[in-house]
Amino acid sequence: MNAIIFSVIGGVVMMFTGIITQQKKAIRNVAIIALIILLLANIFDTYGILSIHIGTHGMLNFQKFGLYFNTLAYAATLLFILISGADVTQIGEGKHAAEFFALIFFSLSGIAIITSYNSLLLLFLGIEIMSIPLYILTGGDKRNLKSNEASLKYFLMGSFSTGILLMGIALMYGAHGGFEISAMKPSAVSNEYGILDPLGLVLVFIAIAFKVSAAPFHFWTPDVYDGSPSVFTSFMATIIKAAGFIAFIRLFDNKYVELGLSWRIILPLVIIATLLVGNITAIFQQSVKRMMAYSSIAQAGFMLFAVFAENDMAKEGILIYTVAYSVATIGIFAVLEKMEDISLAGYNGLAKKHPLLAATNTIFLLSLTGIPLTAGFFAKYYMLLSVIKYGGSTVTWLVIVAVIFAAISAYYYFRVIQAMYFKTGNPEVRSYNKGFCFMLVILAAITILIGIFPTIILNWFYF
Amino acid sequence: MPIQYYIYLSLALFCIGIAGVLTRRNAIIIFMSVELMLNAVNLLLVAFSKMHHAVATAVDKVNNVGTDGQIFVFFVMVVAAAEVSVGLAIIVMMYRNAHSVDVNFLNRLKN
Repeated sequence: MNAIIFSVIGGVVMMFTGIITQQKKAIRNVAIIALIILLLANIFDTYGILSIHIGTHGMLNFQKFGLYFNTLAYAATLLFILISGADVTQIGEGKHAAEFFALIFFSLSGIAIITSYNSLLLLFLGIEIMSIPLYILTGGDKRNLKSNEASLKYFLMGSFSTGILLMGIALMYGAHGGFEISAMKPSAVSNEYGILDPLGLVLVFIAIAFKVSAAPFHFWTPDVYDGSPSVFTSFMATIIKAAGFIAFIRLFDNKYVELGLSWRIILPLVIIATLLVGNITAIFQQSVKRMMAYSSIAQAGFMLFAVFAENDMAKEGILIYTVAYSVATIGIFAVLEKMEDISLAGYNGLAKKHPLLAATNTIFLLSLTGIPLTAGFFAKYYMLLSVIKYGGSTVTWLVIVAVIFAAISAYYYFRVIQAMYFKTGNPEVRSYNKGFCFMLVILAAITILIGIFPTIILNWFYF
Repeated sequence: MPIQYYIYLSLALFCIGIAGVLTRRNAIIIFMSVELMLNAVNLLLVAFSKMHHAVATAVDKVNNVGTDGQIFVFFVMVVAAAEVSVGLAIIVMMYRNAHSVDVNFLNRLKN
């Protein structure tokens, strides 16, 4: 409960900060302090010290997995604000810095609900609380037509998927007579309403697939990620997307162990379609930002393996994947935010003029590809291992397909590295300070540290 | 009335809403279609709530089975209102910059 309460308080504090002061640095510092308090409150909650209890009649069920994911998501947000906070304050003529931070905090409270829901009502509320601030953040640069367009598209697609989610919930309610997912058992449904339950689940599945941009419900992703201000793309593509997967895992974890064969056929199809669309389309992109949007679809394909396998290994895997993917993507977008020209040609010769940016960017790209000694390797390793543990030799083909797509992804990630190191050009980079360089090195260090000792994340989970 | 009638009616409304979202080009009308989808869901929730209540009353006269469905409807209304306020603001922002609310206009990001 701490996480929900403190993130909402953080949001309200940020709004009042906007009234009191217009100084960007002060606003950013308040946001960082509020986020650290939120992080500590959540860690205390995880270990049962200083936790606030409010009776929710079983609608929320706080488990260590969800709370630990909160910790990781908040830590990633802290890194995000430390490295890109100054850019957040510049968006939209720089007048609304405090409001942007407030919206980020409200979004975080939605994440806290999603990671511990037990009732479909809370799933719906959590997804909405998480998404509605994002519609505004996407349109943050309000004089920019591209940002407007991304915002409107995201809003229309988002509310459309909400309608589908609600229809699914209503049908499941009709079959079960309640919203609590821990009480739902497919076998308990009488034959008369038998069809409502799977139909509702399919609709809920479609709606969450919209949120995590799994194919064939991915089509809004490239436009929205491309059009919104880069800092908010970085936030949306990492922390929010990972939270969507937690919603998935909780839904299937509690309910559909006895689900049967049909889901085991549908999910691999969705996974392969997601990997195919993400990887193949990313190859043809000239803009690095748009390439990252497609790459985030491809990474979502890998994260879907956790939903498919649904065992302890998969839960560990999704935690590592969240950290590895978030850290790398936040780093890449932080560098991208400093580039004047975000097309691939704009990166030409970056290594000569700004060796630090190029070197850290290379580490992040290697991590996304899944090269050993970076965090991305173990993230993919855990995902594939969890699938093998679940299905044994019956799913070998799926693992082989995934590895092939990982190899294809190397092509477009390495193209950026090639542009930075082996091409000559004159990249224009906005001014950046020592603190920015320091944070980039920290992010790169985290990536490599987890690549060597992946268990440091899991040790905390089991501690 | 049997519950099937309610299910058919709300599924029909829901499908009209989906068709509206997919075919109409005016952002405001797409928006109204989404609201139609949400209201179809509200209708279905209330019908199911009544159904579960009637089934439970046959066994036990005093019970509160089914009330959660109607409470859900209130939450849907509240969230829909929140969404409307944000959505209309976005549409107004779009209109100020582009002088149009036609979604066919939204193809700048395609290339």
